[in-house]
Amino acid sequence: MDLLRFSTAGSVDDGKSTLIGRLLFDSKGIFEDQLAAIEQTSRRRGYSQVDLALLTDGLRAEREQGITIDVAYRYFATPKRKFIIADTPGHVQYTRNMVTGASTADLAIVLVDARKGVLEQSRRHAFIASLLGIPHLVVAVNKMDLVGYDETVYDAIQQEFADWASRLDVHDIAFIPISALHGDNVVQRSLAMPWYQGPSLLYHLEHVYIGSDRNLIDVRFPVQWVVRPQTDAHHDYRGYAGQVAAGVFKKGDEVVVLPSGHRTRIKRLETMDGEVETAMPPLSVTMLLEDELDISRGDMICRPHNQPAVTQDFEAMVCWMADAPLRAGGRYSLKHTTRSVKAVVDDLRYRMDVNTLHRDEAASELGLNEIGRVRIRTSTPLLLDKYELSRTTGGFILIDETTFDTVGAGMVVRAGPPQEVPEPEEAEAEVAA
Amino acid sequence: MIEPADLSERALRRSLSHLDALESESVFIMREVAAEFERPVLLFSGGKDSIVLLRIAEKAFRPARFPFPVMHIDTGHNFPEVLDFRDRRVAELGERLIVASVQESIDKGRVAEELGNPSRNRLQTTTLLDAILEHRFDAVFGGARRDEETARAKERVFSLRDEFGQWEPKAQRPELWNLFNGRLRRGQHMRVFPISNWTEMDVWQYIQREGVEVPSIYFAHERPVFRRDSMWLSTSVFLPNGPDEAVESMVVRYRTVGDMTCTGAVNSTAATVAEIIAEVAAARITERGATRADDAFSETSMEDRKREGYF
Ligand SMILES: Nc1nc2c(ncn2[C@@H]2O[C@H](COP(=O)(O)OP(=O)(O)O)[C@@H](O)[C@H]2O)c(=O)[nH]1
Repeated sequence: MDLLRFSTAGSVDDGKSTLIGRLLFDSKGIFEDQLAAIEQTSRRRGYSQVDLALLTDGLRAEREQGITIDVAYRYFATPKRKFIIADTPGHVQYTRNMVTGASTADLAIVLVDARKGVLEQSRRHAFIASLLGIPHLVVAVNKMDLVGYDETVYDAIQQEFADWASRLDVHDIAFIPISALHGDNVVQRSLAMPWYQGPSLLYHLEHVYIGSDRNLIDVRFPVQWVVRPQTDAHHDYRGYAGQVAAGVFKKGDEVVVLPSGHRTRIKRLETMDGEVETAMPPLSVTMLLEDELDISRGDMICRPHNQPAVTQDFEAMVCWMADAPLRAGGRYSLKHTTRSVKAVVDDLRYRMDVNTLHRDEAASELGLNEIGRVRIRTSTPLLLDKYELSRTTGGFILIDETTFDTVGAGMVVRAGPPQEVPEPEEAEAEVAA
Repeated sequence: MIEPADLSERALRRSLSHLDALESESVFIMREVAAEFERPVLLFSGGKDSIVLLRIAEKAFRPARFPFPVMHIDTGHNFPEVLDFRDRRVAELGERLIVASVQESIDKGRVAEELGNPSRNRLQTTTLLDAILEHRFDAVFGGARRDEETARAKERVFSLRDEFGQWEPKAQRPELWNLFNGRLRRGQHMRVFPISNWTEMDVWQYIQREGVEVPSIYFAHERPVFRRDSMWLSTSVFLPNGPDEAVESMVVRYRTVGDMTCTGAVNSTAATVAEIIAEVAAARITERGATRADDAFSETSMEDRKREGYF
């Protein structure tokens, strides 16, 4: 059984909680005592029906205000797959929460209310999914019961959304007409919409092919921890432990250690359970090398002919997550893979309107929940890939030097020219449009 | 000779199982903490979740020793089977065990037992915070999972606590990708939950796969119990039954391991891990709902206790 992580985004009242509640309930992810508790609360508040949103809205502030303000993680499994849902609020003032939930997702469900059609927020949700590199998008056109299960309504929404999505970097997009309330096309195919030939939402989630989403080409291993037992039995043991970020490592491979550039071979790949022949993402593994080199946390092991950029200068899309705005000249700590450095924002290239994708090049700051493109310089080199190549070696966070809060999430779009294969200018990744 | 193309073809098809993926993520989290903090500690209660934590620590650091000690917050109201297990397991691993005692906190006047409330669940918080201060721990591993409870569903893997151990749900740091922010200001510490993304089912499947031992009270056994707050509680010196609470001998097991005074037993004949897995698969009540007297009080009781520094 494998694991699918997906995020959900929808505007208030699109039916996100109802949908999640139904997925959980039909797959036994909700227990009777949880259901009894929310039934009781719903009754006490005088609701006419059970409010499934109470299941996911865990914090008191959310219960009081009746809105979802943070990312909540929910879990369910079917005989086919185990699922982790990052349930995120849809309003623009929670863009950062959406970005957070999207950062680890394999798939995003964007909810659209069939009566309202493609709204600004639906477009924003799709943009965030593409910005964060989520490989699969599902547009769930909800409340089909309220439009008489009408095919033309669905077709119009699909057409409009697809037009918009063609401006984004989404490769796999599926449309499913549903009624979360009545269960049409959620778990079972709906009899009310014979014109729809596709799978139910759950079937799609169970079967969407995620095997090729992992980057198995660009071999990257950020060194996380050096295992040195210093016991008699393991006197000379020196293992480099970490999680494979991308690519496939094999015993005997020639590798290069960055930033030093020293070359050696892989003597052994092992976990506590013994030796493994190959290691690929997301395996945590310990690597033993042929030569004794000076390697520490923050270094990266790769293949000689395919290396990340070693650079102190790069451009990135940044989602800003703090009240105090980001401006050119701002200094932060930056954490990228297992490496932490000092960073300064050299330039704010533009701020992006997340609803229209318009670029405001006159912008002088990024406020809370705003997204823009910046140029960053660091105190010591980073080992960078473009985010579209690898989320792990292309993503970073910015940390405020006084509050120590995480204030920005960054995705590298230009990492400087790679060392061996120079890249033509036009190959520069543009996240949108 | 395997050609690279061949290899990645096979690799494509062979994605990691969900348990491998969860294990790998948890190992990564433990190593991050070991690398970024000065003085971590791993909380071990003897329960199934902390048994998994110990296993993950082995996976992360062997053949070396753990770069941190193991600590038990001893309420003094433990199941004797669990204490036996705790000592045996830590000895097997050859790691260092610290025992922080709630009884000592009571004797020193740091906390007082509430009249009429036999549970020492809340008192643990003071003992834990005192131990954190005494040993100057800056990161504390716990075995909490997000599927346990709705407040936990929103808690970060790296959960920042102030010097009173308090959790501030509104001021949580965003947590993106696998980039954990471990920066601390004076007096703060981090609670770290490496198995946040595991469910009760994952935990049991992992215990089965790894063949690790769990305390005997997880398996069906005969025990004198009485009914209180719609739970079956074990009679013990810590918790005598009341005059109108009849003691019966029943075949039960425990779904969670906590204080003897507030952990309920469930009717069960599951005698092996495989039978427990079958039971969990069929269960219609959450493990907390079934077995914890203290969580039933209010819909936000976990959030309240976490704000006070609880796990
Ligand atoms: N008729 C109909 N109502 C729905 C459907 N899905 C959700 N609703 C209703 O829409 C309202 C908002 O749903 P909710 O799940 O709370 O939305 P959220 O704010 O996106 O979580 C509730 O009254 C739901 O019962 C649907 O498919 N059909």
